[in-house]
Amino acid sequence: MTINTHRPARLLDTTTSAVFMILFAVLVTAVVLVEVFGRGGFLTGEILSNVVQRSVALGIVAIGQTFTILIGSLDLSVAYVISLSAVMASFIMQGDPAMIVPAVLAVLAIGLCVGVVNGLIITRLQVNPLIATLGTGFIIQGVLSASFQNFAGSVPESFQALAYGHVGGVPAPIVLWAGLIAVAIFVLRYTTFGAHIYAVGGNAETARLSGIRTERVVIGAHVTASVSASLTGLYLASRLGAGAPWIGPEGVYGLESIAAVVIGGTILAGGRGGVAGTVAGVLIFGLLDSMFNQMGIDAFLKQVLRGLIIIAAVASYSIRSADRAA
Amino acid sequence: MTQPLLSVAGVTKRFPGVLALNDVTFDLRPGEVHALVGENGAGKSTLIKVLTGAYRADAGTVSFEGRPITFRHPREAQALGIAVIYQEFNLLPDRTVAENIYLGREPTRWGLLSRRQMERDTASVLAELGVDDIITPRAPVRSLTVAQQQLVEIAKAVSFQPRVLVMDEPTSALTEREADLLFGLVRRLQSRGLAVVYISHRLPEVFDLATRISVLKDGQLVGTLDPAKTSKDAVVQMMVGREIEHYYPAKAAAQEIGQTILSVRDGGNGRIHDIGLSVRAGEIVGIAGLQGSGRYALARALFGVDPLTRGSTEFLGRPLRITGPRQALDAGIAFLTEDRKRDGLTLMQPVADNCLLTVRALRPILAALRPARDADRLSGLWRQVDIRAAGPQVEVGSLSGGNQQKVVLARLLARKPRLLICAEPTRGIDVSAKAAIHGLLRDIARAGAGVLMVSSELPEVIGSSDRILVMRGGTIAGELPAGSSEAAVMQLATGTAAAA
Repeated sequence: MTINTHRPARLLDTTTSAVFMILFAVLVTAVVLVEVFGRGGFLTGEILSNVVQRSVALGIVAIGQTFTILIGSLDLSVAYVISLSAVMASFIMQGDPAMIVPAVLAVLAIGLCVGVVNGLIITRLQVNPLIATLGTGFIIQGVLSASFQNFAGSVPESFQALAYGHVGGVPAPIVLWAGLIAVAIFVLRYTTFGAHIYAVGGNAETARLSGIRTERVVIGAHVTASVSASLTGLYLASRLGAGAPWIGPEGVYGLESIAAVVIGGTILAGGRGGVAGTVAGVLIFGLLDSMFNQMGIDAFLKQVLRGLIIIAAVASYSIRSADRAA
Repeated sequence: MTQPLLSVAGVTKRFPGVLALNDVTFDLRPGEVHALVGENGAGKSTLIKVLTGAYRADAGTVSFEGRPITFRHPREAQALGIAVIYQEFNLLPDRTVAENIYLGREPTRWGLLSRRQMERDTASVLAELGVDDIITPRAPVRSLTVAQQQLVEIAKAVSFQPRVLVMDEPTSALTEREADLLFGLVRRLQSRGLAVVYISHRLPEVFDLATRISVLKDGQLVGTLDPAKTSKDAVVQMMVGREIEHYYPAKAAAQEIGQTILSVRDGGNGRIHDIGLSVRAGEIVGIAGLQGSGRYALARALFGVDPLTRGSTEFLGRPLRITGPRQALDAGIAFLTEDRKRDGLTLMQPVADNCLLTVRALRPILAALRPARDADRLSGLWRQVDIRAAGPQVEVGSLSGGNQQKVVLARLLARKPRLLICAEPTRGIDVSAKAAIHGLLRDIARAGAGVLMVSSELPEVIGSSDRILVMRGGTIAGELPAGSSEAAVMQLATGTAAAA
C-alpha cells in the first residue's frame, strides 16, 4: 500500500474553491456593470493587468499576514512597518543608486527585528497578539512621525523600475508578487516550517507536546509578516518615489490585509487556510476598486460594499463547514 | 406495567453514507434507569438526539405519555421535562455555579437580575441533591474539580424539574468514590419517579444501576435485557457480536524482560514527592491511583511537561535530566496524554499530518518535507496501528475515538520510543478498539520498549500490567504484582490498609 502524505490530490480545498468562485462572480459582475453603466471594455488585458498591479502592495503584506493568522495570531503593526520601511528606504537611498542594496538590506533587517520583537512579546510576555502588535505599531508610528514630517529623501530612478519596469514584457510588480506567492506556497506546503505553522495553529499544546518549539514557530510567522510588510514598504517607496510616515496607515494595510486573508478562507482561529485563498481575497478587493473607479462611483459606497462582501464571504464559509459537520 | 413516559417506535435516521438508526424501538418508564450500551458508532448518541429533539427521525414515531409528538426545537423537549447531561461539559468556567445553573433564565426582580434569588434557588437545588456541603452557589466553576463540575451539570438539569434525565457517560471523568456519590444521586432521583436514560461504557456500573439494559449495534436494537437475568459477558458479546476471549494479551514472561530503561530516585516537584521507580525493557508498568493522587503529574514530570525538580533520573543507563517535551522525545521518550482532543491531536487536520507531527518536529525547522520518505513511514505506521480511515487526508476530528487514539499512537511510534508513557490509553473508546490498543501496547513492550501506563480504570491496570505501582498523596504508596485484586489496589490507593 502506498499512501500519499501530501495535501492536495485536488489543487484546492472546498473553502478555497469557494473563494475563487466569489472572485469569478465579482469579475463577471464588474464586467457587466462597467459594460452597462460605465465606459465598457473592462475585460481588456490592460485593465486587468492594472487591477493586479494595484493589488500588489496589499497582496505582498497579506501573504505575510496569512502566516500569522494560520498560527492563530495576527499582526496589526504591518501598516506602521510599511511606513517605516518606505521612509527608511528613501531616506537611506537619497537618490543614490549605490545605496539601493544597503537600503534594501537595512529595511529587511528592520522588518526582521520588528517581527522578532512582536513574536517575543507574544510568546515570552504572553501578551495577546492584537494588543502586542497594536502596541509595537503605535511605538513605530510615534517615533516615525516625530522624526519625519512628510516625504523623506527619494529613491533613485533605477529603483523605480521595481514599480514601473517590465520583466519579459510582464510588469515588474506582478512578477514580484507572483514570485513571493510561489515562495510562500512552497514554504507552507513543502517545508517543515510550513507543517509546524499548521500544527501550532491547529492545536498549540499538541504541537508543543509533539516536540515542536512552538515559540520559534510563532516568532517565525511574525517575522514573515513583518518582512513582507517591509517588502510592501520598499515597493511603495519605489512607486511613490519616496516614503512618508502616513502611507501605511493611509492604506489601512493592517485591517485590510487581515480582511483579505479571512475572505481568502483562512480561519481566524488558525490551522486552516493558505496563501492561494489570500491572493483571491486581495484580487476581489482590487476588482471592486477598479470597477468603482471605472463607473465613477463614490468611494464611500465602495467601503460599504467591501464590508458586505467580507461578511457574506465568511458567513458562507462558516455555514458550509457547519453543513459538512452535521 | 406502567405506561411508558417516553418512547420511540420504528425510528430510522440516515446520514449521508450511514444508516445511524435502523428501525429502533425503545421506551422509558417512570422510576426506571434504562441503560443504553453499545460500541462507539452504534447509534447511542443519535438515539438520544432523536429522543431530545436535536434530530428529527426520517421514519418512526416519538411519543410522550402515549401521544405522538414532533419536536421542532430542543427547547420543546426541555419544556416537556426532558433534560440531557452531555459527555462534554457546557459550563462557563469563569461564571459562578449559580450563574451557570440559571444561564439564560436568570430570575429577575423589577426587570433587573436578582442575584440573591438565583443563589437561593441554586442552594436549594444543591441541597436537594445533597451536595450543598461541597459546592457553594458563589464558587466559580473553574475552581471546582471535574467531579464537582459534573455535579453542577446534574444540578442544572435537575433545576429544570425534569421527568426524563439523559446521562451520557457521566462517570468517564470521575474517580470511583465520586462515581459512588453520583450513583446515590441517580438512585434518589429514580425513587422520586424520574426516568433516567443512562449511557456508559462501564458495564459494572450499568449492572449496578440499571433496571433494564438495551444494547445497540450498528444502528439496530439487538435486545433489551433484565440485568438480573444476564451477565456482563453476554452483554459484551451482544455489543460486539462475537465472543471476546482474550480481552487482555498475555503478560510478559520473565525472559522477555530486559535492561532497565528508566529509573528515578527521590524524584519530586511541586505536585509529587519521593518518587522511586524503574521501568525495564519488555514490561508494562501500570500506575493506579485516585484522582489527585499525582498519577498524571508523575506522567507529565517524566515527559518534562512539568519536570522533576528534585532527585535523579537515569535513562538507558545514563543520567538524564528531563527538562522539556522536546528533549524527552529526542532522548526516546513518548507520551500519550490523558485527553487526546485537548492536547493529543490537531483535530481539523489530516491523519497524515498528525501521524508525522513528531517526526517533523525533530527535523531542522527549514528542512524540506520529504514526501516519499514520509509516505513510506506513514504506510508502515498505518499498518502497525491499524487505523480505520478512508485515507490519510481525512480529518482526524471525523474519526471515531478509537481511531483517533490510534493516530496519536502512530505519531508516538514514528520515532520508535524506548519508553512509552501513556495516560488513559483507552478512555472513551469502544470495546474492540480497547482490545486493539491493549494488544498494541503489549507489542510495543515485546519489541523491547518499556511502557508506563497510567489509568483510572482498575480492570485495565490489572489486566495489562506486569507490575502495578499505586499512588496516593503525591507519591508511590506501594507496588503490587501482576494480577492483584482490585481490592488490593484500592486499599493501597485509599490508604485503608498497611502497604503491601
